[in-house]
Amino acid sequence: MRLARLVPSRPAPPPRPAPGDVLAEAEDVRVRLGTRTVLDGVGITVRAGEVLALVGPNGAGKSTLLGALAADLPVSGGVVRVHGRPAEQWSAPELALRRSVLPQSASLSFPFRVEEVVRMGRAPWAGTDLEDEDDAAVAEAMARTEVTAFAARPFSALSGGERARVALARVLAQRTALLLLDEPTAALDLRHQELVLRLCRERARAGDAVVVVLHDLGLAAAYADRAAVLCAGRVAADGPPAEVFSGRLLSEVYDQPVEVFPHPRTGAVLVTPRRDM
Amino acid sequence: MTVLDEPVRHSPAGPAAAPRGRRGTAWLLTAGLAVALLILVPVAAGTGAYPIPVGDVVGSLLHRTGLGGTELDRVAESVLWNVRLPRIVLALLVGASLGCAGALMQGVFGNPLAEPGVIGVSSGAAVGAVAAIALGLDFLGTWTVSVLAFAAGLVTVLAVYVMARSGGRTEVVTLILTGIAVNAFAGALIGLFLFFADTAAVNQITFWQLGSLAQATWPKVLAVLPCAAIGLGLAPLYARRLDLLALGERPARHLGVDVERLRIVLILVIALLTAAAVSVAGVIGFVGLVVPHLLRMAAGPGHRFLIPGSALLGALVLLAADLAARTVAEPAELPLGVLTALLGSPFFFWLLRRTRRGQGGWA
Repeated sequence: MRLARLVPSRPAPPPRPAPGDVLAEAEDVRVRLGTRTVLDGVGITVRAGEVLALVGPNGAGKSTLLGALAADLPVSGGVVRVHGRPAEQWSAPELALRRSVLPQSASLSFPFRVEEVVRMGRAPWAGTDLEDEDDAAVAEAMARTEVTAFAARPFSALSGGERARVALARVLAQRTALLLLDEPTAALDLRHQELVLRLCRERARAGDAVVVVLHDLGLAAAYADRAAVLCAGRVAADGPPAEVFSGRLLSEVYDQPVEVFPHPRTGAVLVTPRRDM
Repeated sequence: MTVLDEPVRHSPAGPAAAPRGRRGTAWLLTAGLAVALLILVPVAAGTGAYPIPVGDVVGSLLHRTGLGGTELDRVAESVLWNVRLPRIVLALLVGASLGCAGALMQGVFGNPLAEPGVIGVSSGAAVGAVAAIALGLDFLGTWTVSVLAFAAGLVTVLAVYVMARSGGRTEVVTLILTGIAVNAFAGALIGLFLFFADTAAVNQITFWQLGSLAQATWPKVLAVLPCAAIGLGLAPLYARRLDLLALGERPARHLGVDVERLRIVLILVIALLTAAAVSVAGVIGFVGLVVPHLLRMAAGPGHRFLIPGSALLGALVLLAADLAARTVAEPAELPLGVLTALLGSPFFFWLLRRTRRGQGGWA
């Protein structure tokens, strides 16, 4: 019994979700960090086949909500379900087959090479049937995030934006049905911001659920199927960006006058702060 | 526009080439270390105040294991089997334990400067050992010193871990300062025991503080063997998980590592290995620091090679150091711990400067 627990048996890989399946869900979730209540009665549903953007001002609780959905944080009220089961009932290896998480900043204690870092994303699958996909998954993830060119360089020698893409490649290589990305575009240039969100969209079209914390409301409007606007630990609005992003709501939430208008050529939703007053 | 949309360039060697190169280096190093050990063991066994030709050493080894060879004359046989070989086996065990403990500790702390001697775990374990000697405790027979060293080492490593960590990270400065504090406290306790001990015990304790293998006997080998064997056997099982831990605690958990359990098990293993080394040889610093570093520079930071490799190189380094300690100033003998500190401290200094440059100053 004791020995068996030292060498944990590998959990079975989960079946592919059908489009529309609820892969993660927060119900009336309350999270307290220290004495501060960071999330207060938050409810949100994450479905397979859709990109959900979490937006809101600094300190609104976006990363905390992502952490709660990732089963990182204990909730002091309400319930978080991942793949239909309360988050705390999953073991770490089981969760690793079901959700991948991109942290806000990527660090590494030792100078592993880029390819080795991306390959770490395959660790949860060691010993399962899908282990055979390792090489293909790593190669694909590196190609998609355009890091193949520096695969042999040590991670520590990369620039901030390159590191961010390598971290994303690691998450993509994990090939889970639920992706939780905390500000994947923060360190990236214009072109790579677009690339990353296109990737999110492709994963959603392929049947995965992608939750992404974004600061750029234009990006959220362009790529997300749904956006949840967080404000002071609550969900102020939740729905398709075109409906949710209104000048009034955003101005109020961000405490800064904001204009929302259609792109003159494409009609896409554009969001800019008002600077003429 | 077309320039921007240029397709992804693949490196000429391809993505899989890099790790394969490192794996090749790892195999070469392992083979090299094994060969070096096979050569150094009979050489060390033959060298000393009573020289024995290497051929005779090998012959006697073969004879005792029943593979042919010839027995030596009575004196040579006694020198070889009662003096030299226990000392060599002990050097191998202690070196392997220290090297492995260093690699593990750096992995658990996520900090390349962690080492049992530097952060005070060796001194902590020494307090347990010294207490056993000074108070004349022997309630567990020959294992008393080992067990007390383990208990004290475990308490120390837990204390250092709790004190040096904040927010899931171990800052270099905090770690080193914690080490200074722990070393000072352990030194004070050892001083107290010295003060109250009788002359015979004082001599024995002094030996601990300097670190030495001069009093090696087969019973001592047996006393540390279980600790060292368990530690060295368990450590490689956690290599993959230690690799993931380099990403940080949360990312490691996201990849399926039960971080809490990993930490507890590895801290126990580190305490076992350190106690094994300290209980027979006293405080021998810097082996656990230098050895994993050299290997990381040569073959990369992957723990699947680093952990067994550090055990091998640690064994080799300590055997060589002990050989030097007992032959350089013949007929006198240098204390082994003094020798390793003499060679290891400059390396530590260089490492500190390099780490500092890499971070752009201490945070």
